[in-house]
Amino acid sequence: MRRHVTAYGFLSLALVVFAIFSWWPIVRGIVLSFQQVNFVTSPDWVGWENFERLFADPLFVVAWRNTLFFTILALVIGFGVPFLTAVVLNELRHAKGYFRLLVYLPVMLPPVVTALLWKWFYDPGPGLFNSVLRGLGLPTSQWLDSSSTSMISLVLVITWANMGSATLIYLAALQTIPGELYEAADLDGAGILKKVWHVTIPQTKFVILMLLLLQVVATMQIFTEPFVMTGGGPEESTVTVLLLLYRYAFYYNDFGTASALSLILFGALAVFSFLYLKITRKADA
Amino acid sequence: MRTLTRGTGKLYWAVLTITLVLFTAAFLLPLVWVLLGAFKPPAELAQQPPTILPRTWEPGAYVNAWNYMDLGRFFLNTFVVAIGAWAVQMAVIVPAAYALSKLRPIFGNVIMGLMLATLMLPATALLVPVYLTLTDLDLLNNPAGIWFPAAANALNVYLLKRFFDQIPEELLEAARIDGANAWTTLVRIILPISRPILAVVSIFAVVAAWKDFIWPLLVFPDPAKQTLSVALQRFAPDTPINLLLAGLVLASLPMVALFLAFQRHILAGLTAGGVKG
Repeated sequence: MRRHVTAYGFLSLALVVFAIFSWWPIVRGIVLSFQQVNFVTSPDWVGWENFERLFADPLFVVAWRNTLFFTILALVIGFGVPFLTAVVLNELRHAKGYFRLLVYLPVMLPPVVTALLWKWFYDPGPGLFNSVLRGLGLPTSQWLDSSSTSMISLVLVITWANMGSATLIYLAALQTIPGELYEAADLDGAGILKKVWHVTIPQTKFVILMLLLLQVVATMQIFTEPFVMTGGGPEESTVTVLLLLYRYAFYYNDFGTASALSLILFGALAVFSFLYLKITRKADA
Repeated sequence: MRTLTRGTGKLYWAVLTITLVLFTAAFLLPLVWVLLGAFKPPAELAQQPPTILPRTWEPGAYVNAWNYMDLGRFFLNTFVVAIGAWAVQMAVIVPAAYALSKLRPIFGNVIMGLMLATLMLPATALLVPVYLTLTDLDLLNNPAGIWFPAAANALNVYLLKRFFDQIPEELLEAARIDGANAWTTLVRIILPISRPILAVVSIFAVVAAWKDFIWPLLVFPDPAKQTLSVALQRFAPDTPINLLLAGLVLASLPMVALFLAFQRHILAGLTAGGVKG
């Protein structure tokens, strides 16, 4: 009995903090989705009205389309790069510390700093990228200023900023692959690509899957980069779900509709988060 | 150890050289470009093609940026937010993980399960309800509005608990026979053994607080209370470009210094169970 009392004493602060800032907000978020909230009168129940307002908003479709496009682009560009980088780095026996330091350096920069820096690099006039392209005699780009390249420009920023973590996690996984597997492959006369396909990838598939799920969950919630770099433009080409949520909550003070949108986003991501938790906990056991 | 390839033939040196060049160009040169850019006057920054080294060095930009944006204030605010976030999180999660791991109270598993269930939620799903809760508690424009929500970190509770689980019971038994109570056992036995995991969790807590943007954006409507990220974003549209660049460099320095100082801990922490930087 005394043991339980002591234990709950140690747990009490965490229980209070989780209750107020985690568990209760989860319930409140669901409740809010079906309410109209203003800070003057008490909230009214409005049934599915918030969801109907969202579905009627042309930006709702635009935001989801943009977010999915962003997620897919980020997978196509950003997902293979850290893996390939790690495979190459794992072969190199010189300057190891230098490579690790450099690839992780951008991860340490505050995202707002990275976003503002890249906005300056992307400047179609004297910006770094167009200057380099001009110097090489290559065609330049409008980058963030054109609705056809704005999204890919954002993907490049987040790939640069975040690939350090993924690269180093892969690198750690690659180092656990037993050398005998490669030796056996050598005896079978396998080339480099065959070894990557038959040894490297199967041996790291758990880490690959884990990072894939994490990346989907993170990119679907992209906010800072479009908020700082484009504000959703040009022509709403970078309005993401979270940017729309922010507008509903903090421009229109419509917290009910913003909550309804959170609930939809949660539903969309629940599958990925659930799989992620299942896989990581299984790997722990 | 055997890897994909072996030997240090011509191909190896070619790949090494290409990788060195690519890495330096991709990760180091942009940062050098910014460092140098802050020394150039705005007119020089607007010219095409750009100068590589500043034609006129204006080292005053760093000082001017500091004064123009009142960066001292925002450094202090960010520092308070980050250190407080670390202290509160430690005070919340260390005793909780200890209780769940070693004291094993009734319903302990249910509580751990309820905590882990919060990880299912995308971090931003709670944006609106937590914001409203902070409004109710009158915690807007107060660093505590960042500290306490950040302390509800189920992943770190889990990481600590998993580490504590591996500490042998015999050690605790010995302490108990010596008359140690639960608190002294935590302070004298558990914490010293757990220094590696505590270092990792601490560094990541500070880094996450320093890098965060969306929460400080919501919690600090009052410009005087804002953190560096929020303030820089607010100043960006109407600050001379050289001063903005200097400000961006200055705001990054503490994190770069932290990285250089604790590189080993940080890189080890990455693989400690999905702690994402």
